[in-house]
Amino acid sequence: MSAELMIYNVLCLAVPFSVALLLAALGENFNQRAGVFNLGCDGIMCMGAFLGFMVPFTLKASPWAAYGNLLGIGAALAVGAAMGVVFALVTVTFRASQGIAGIGLQMLGWGLAGTLFRHFVGGVTGVEGMAAIAIPGLSKIPFLGGVLFNHNALTYTALLLVPACWFLLYKTPWGLKVRAVGTHPRAADTMGIHVDRIRYQALMLGGAMAGLAGAYLSLCQAKMFSDDLVAGRGFIAVALVYFGRWSPLGILGGALLFSIAQSFQLSMQVWGIKFPYEFAVMLPYVLVIVVLALARKARQLGPTDLGKPYNREMRF
Amino acid sequence: MTALEPISELKLEGITKRFPGVLACDGISLQVRRGEVLALVGENGAGKTTLMNIIMGLYRPDSGTIHVNGEEVHFHSPGDAYARGIGMVHQHFMLVPNMTVAENLALGLKELHHFMNLDIKGAAKRIREVSERYELPVNPDAYIWQLSVGEQQRVELVKTLCLGARLLILDEPTSALTPQETDDLIVRLQRMASELAIIFISHKLNEVKALSDRVSILRHGAVVFNGQTANHEPSELAALMTGHDVVLPRNEGSGVQGEALLSVQNLCVRGDRGNLVLDGLNLELRAGEVLGMAGVSGNGQREFADALAGLRPVESGQILFGGKDLANCTPREIIHAGMGYVPEDRQTEGIVPSFSVKDNLILKDFAEPRFSKMAFLRKKEIDSNAEALKERFDIRCPSTSTATGSLSGGNIQKVILAREISRGPKALVAVYPTRGIDMGAQEFIHEQLLARRREGIGILLISEELEEVMNLSDRIAVIYKGKILKVLPAVEATRERLGILMAGLADPDTPGDAQAEVPAGAAHE
Repeated sequence: MSAELMIYNVLCLAVPFSVALLLAALGENFNQRAGVFNLGCDGIMCMGAFLGFMVPFTLKASPWAAYGNLLGIGAALAVGAAMGVVFALVTVTFRASQGIAGIGLQMLGWGLAGTLFRHFVGGVTGVEGMAAIAIPGLSKIPFLGGVLFNHNALTYTALLLVPACWFLLYKTPWGLKVRAVGTHPRAADTMGIHVDRIRYQALMLGGAMAGLAGAYLSLCQAKMFSDDLVAGRGFIAVALVYFGRWSPLGILGGALLFSIAQSFQLSMQVWGIKFPYEFAVMLPYVLVIVVLALARKARQLGPTDLGKPYNREMRF
Repeated sequence: MTALEPISELKLEGITKRFPGVLACDGISLQVRRGEVLALVGENGAGKTTLMNIIMGLYRPDSGTIHVNGEEVHFHSPGDAYARGIGMVHQHFMLVPNMTVAENLALGLKELHHFMNLDIKGAAKRIREVSERYELPVNPDAYIWQLSVGEQQRVELVKTLCLGARLLILDEPTSALTPQETDDLIVRLQRMASELAIIFISHKLNEVKALSDRVSILRHGAVVFNGQTANHEPSELAALMTGHDVVLPRNEGSGVQGEALLSVQNLCVRGDRGNLVLDGLNLELRAGEVLGMAGVSGNGQREFADALAGLRPVESGQILFGGKDLANCTPREIIHAGMGYVPEDRQTEGIVPSFSVKDNLILKDFAEPRFSKMAFLRKKEIDSNAEALKERFDIRCPSTSTATGSLSGGNIQKVILAREISRGPKALVAVYPTRGIDMGAQEFIHEQLLARRREGIGILLISEELEEVMNLSDRIAVIYKGKILKVLPAVEATRERLGILMAGLADPDTPGDAQAEVPAGAAHE
């Protein structure tokens, strides 16, 4: 196999791999920019994945079957937003520790999704899922066409969300408020911004995007559901936000880097390269740790009040 | 922020606010009209800032009413206050550091917020208009973190005016400025006062005297005095503020000044952003003297103190102390060499806030045989040590088991001073030892420092308070951009001369001396 073909294969696989991470991390970025880190992202993805699977699975024989996938995505968005609100209630209104609340939400989402799945479905069952749509013209471009323009609708959506999130964060009033609230909430408060309200909104949006990321996994990537479908991707997404220095473009880079490492290790197994399988699986995770450890600390641009609940009447 | 008639009068009646365990405001009534400057004076914890936060709608009063132009108002957030033309410049700047000046303003200007579109150009235009009208130069595109404290102060003023404030509340606006910048600000405010109403919070009485028409004094959350500023002397106001006559002690000179104790040579240290903040600093401290270090904060004082305490790596140069080079030694080695240290940030570096007073008092000596035996702490020794120091240093706390962080700033500082002095150091580095501390505690701390001087300890006093530096020092070193610009005997120092030196200008009294660098103001143009 030529080197070029090998790279092509790795990249063709990496792009779909990156989608779930990208969606979840772009959403998590809004949380963190607003000053809240949501470790429950993983749990939200589990629930999103479950509902994304469950809705079309249930509607299979009904007249609504044609809209199954769309309704599944809608349900995943809704459950994600709802879980974001629950998280906001706990961390913003009741000012509970964000780390602990996030771990709690992760376990809740993971456990609930698995339990509901076993209760309503039971064994391994597939769904039709979403098919790839080759973009006319663009998909015929040699090399790039296959890598970028021969995927399902959610992949295109995720890639388009990168500039959209950038625009939302830097060019709109809402984005301005989000950035202020996460960096200097008291300053935002003195300017008449409702800190709690903005944090609720950011957590809802972040939750909905995590739910969508979950639905992508079950509907597009695996076309089935199981307990360990999400497999810690929510945590990787949280790490990618730090890695990407809270910028959508940086997050895209991080998601692609991680996915390339993952697809590389899969390809290595396919190519039959003699390398212990266990080490290969570790590769992407090790990469994230190394990159995070070496990443330059540029706090100046990040949300410096990340992780701290805001209490207007707390004195200096 | 338009529509309503411009504010011409603000009236507070019977404002009361409780925090857990504290009565911060106790039935306060105040009034201020357009064209008038009201000075609000009081010690720390007197309730000034709390009261202002109530006016701005950040806190809700437990009882009392606020009237604007004779009409009762209830503010639920600062937005409501701005809508009635009331704006505040906070002591801790309310600027988001990773956003530009224009973005910071745009946060508060709701009419620039369109769906999916932020009119940042509109904000920049507004800033230019206001900054021209009031002669407050500001660059709308600069990031806040790139600006000096003085510039940030201007940004705050411009921002507040842009938001439509016609009654300005200024909470200790001069606390971070040089004497020149302070004079400049006061002149500007005097000019602005004719068309605005200003509430000026300060505990610097000479500024109050210079700027205000009327003065109200707060003590323990209640107004204890109202009067025309012109009719009262600063000393009179100080006595009213503290409840007793205040006589800050002075260094009367004389005393035996020994040989060089600490000698700093060509010290280079990097700051948090990796740039050289100390760039070849030379300084000598003698036994039995107070060496004051005057300078605008941010000229390397913090980094210098960190380096002396072993908390920041030294790039090059020497810190000779008792014949040993302490550069890049560990804090423990430096402590053992006999260096005492009163850090700038008393809450986080000076004490462990959640530890009791008695534990904080042995923080540097817990491993000494006196306080521990076979890896166990000797509780009785620790208790009696704490009781003795509490008595000697007049530490006011419910008991020595109280969490230190819950004490007032003055008492925390006394705990730190007690620990450092009772260890019998050869030299003591005190960084802003009375910053934000009320006058009673300040008096005590000054007396303590002078008493140690008489005992032969060399004291390096780093401070921005010229008053303090001039009262206590034998010699004064002026630091500017990481170098000592000049060392002069305290008797030759005047406020004006120090102020000029602190701004980095050549010393007018000794032409040709000390190469002048670019004036501080020129860099901002």
